[in-house]
Amino acid sequence: MTEEFRFELVSPERVLASEEADAVDLPASEGDMTAMRDHAALITTLKPGLLRVKSHSGTREFVVTGGFVEVSAEATTVLAEKAYAGDEITDELIDGFVSDAEKRVSETEGAARDIAETRLACMKSLRSEITR
Amino acid sequence: MPSLKDLKIRIESVKSTRKITKAMQMVAAAKLRRAQEAAENARPYSERLANVMSGLAASAQDSPSAPAMLAGTGKSDTYLLIAATAERGLCGGFNSSIIRMVKARARELIKEGKTVKILTIGKKGREQLKREFEEAFVGHVDLSGHRRVGSEAAEAIAAQVRDMFATGEFDVAVIFFSRFKSVISQEPTARQLIPLQFEEAAGGDRRFYNFEPAEADILDELLPKAVSNQVFSALLENAASEQGARMSAMDNATRNAGDMIDKLTIVYNRSRQAAITKELIEIISGAEAL
Repeated sequence: MTEEFRFELVSPERVLASEEADAVDLPASEGDMTAMRDHAALITTLKPGLLRVKSHSGTREFVVTGGFVEVSAEATTVLAEKAYAGDEITDELIDGFVSDAEKRVSETEGAARDIAETRLACMKSLRSEITR
Repeated sequence: MPSLKDLKIRIESVKSTRKITKAMQMVAAAKLRRAQEAAENARPYSERLANVMSGLAASAQDSPSAPAMLAGTGKSDTYLLIAATAERGLCGGFNSSIIRMVKARARELIKEGKTVKILTIGKKGREQLKREFEEAFVGHVDLSGHRRVGSEAAEAIAAQVRDMFATGEFDVAVIFFSRFKSVISQEPTARQLIPLQFEEAAGGDRRFYNFEPAEADILDELLPKAVSNQVFSALLENAASEQGARMSAMDNATRNAGDMIDKLTIVYNRSRQAAITKELIEIISGAEAL
């Protein structure tokens, strides 16, 4: 058995990362989780949040706005709705997400509104996490 | 026999045409590189999504509660044909080959007694399909404002299609676009969007996954995404094909203009020479008469 654990982050438009990793912190919709080698095969959805990849060369952070992830013993593949890396993550970007989510809350009703509100809460916590 | 002046004008005009086609070819080549890159960058996502989806779909298809987007409505009375073409012409057979395919399919379906609805993406498709299928039109998407195909544009189209499906406006949706094989070869393709179809994942080894939340919930969330992604990848392929087709069409046009200039130049030189000879003969016979 190999000792490798591959991390891949792809968005519909491009491949953002494809590298070896030790651990990946994921903002899964049922609660944050960490995927490491030999994790049980799992498919889960993501909420908007911060994705952290720890490898021997350090920790990298990505912002994802949702999507889903496929975890297996040898690899973690994140299929993000939209993903941003490194210096693409700016205050304006995050503020844009928050105001978009706020707009959606004010426009929708009923069950869709609940979803929109959850999204807004995620965006806000993402903002506080980044500014911290 | 056209006069020397006429020939000269003619040569100049072909030369300026050649300049234009050459410029268009170079622009298309630059755009092609970008479009091709975008299409290639998008492929990993589509592939992985299709992989996961085909696994999910296989297990969901058997259950009676499978979502309609996957299992279909159980009927196939109304077809939505989505024709993705270019906003501009001058790209060889690119637009017409897609349109020909849509028309053939539409006629076939009408003959079988099905209802056909048409949604066009891109101006060229609308112009040409409107003539024959005016009453079948349900909408048009204008992409001329976008310089590059973005996932937002695809998402908007997919949302429109999903809304129509949710309100029962059609049973089967098919998107027509041109698959980018290489710069010189683009293949008009029909891809069924709803009910979704996936090619079986290569290798065929099925992993057993845990699902969080439950499998059905994930499927509900993934299906719309899969539809959007299929539209997106179709648009990207189309954009690359369009530029490829335009590049080779303009390359041909440039070469033809070159050939024409060569021919006209020969005719021009010959008639110039003939005129000189004629003048010489006149002078000589004039001198001899003295």
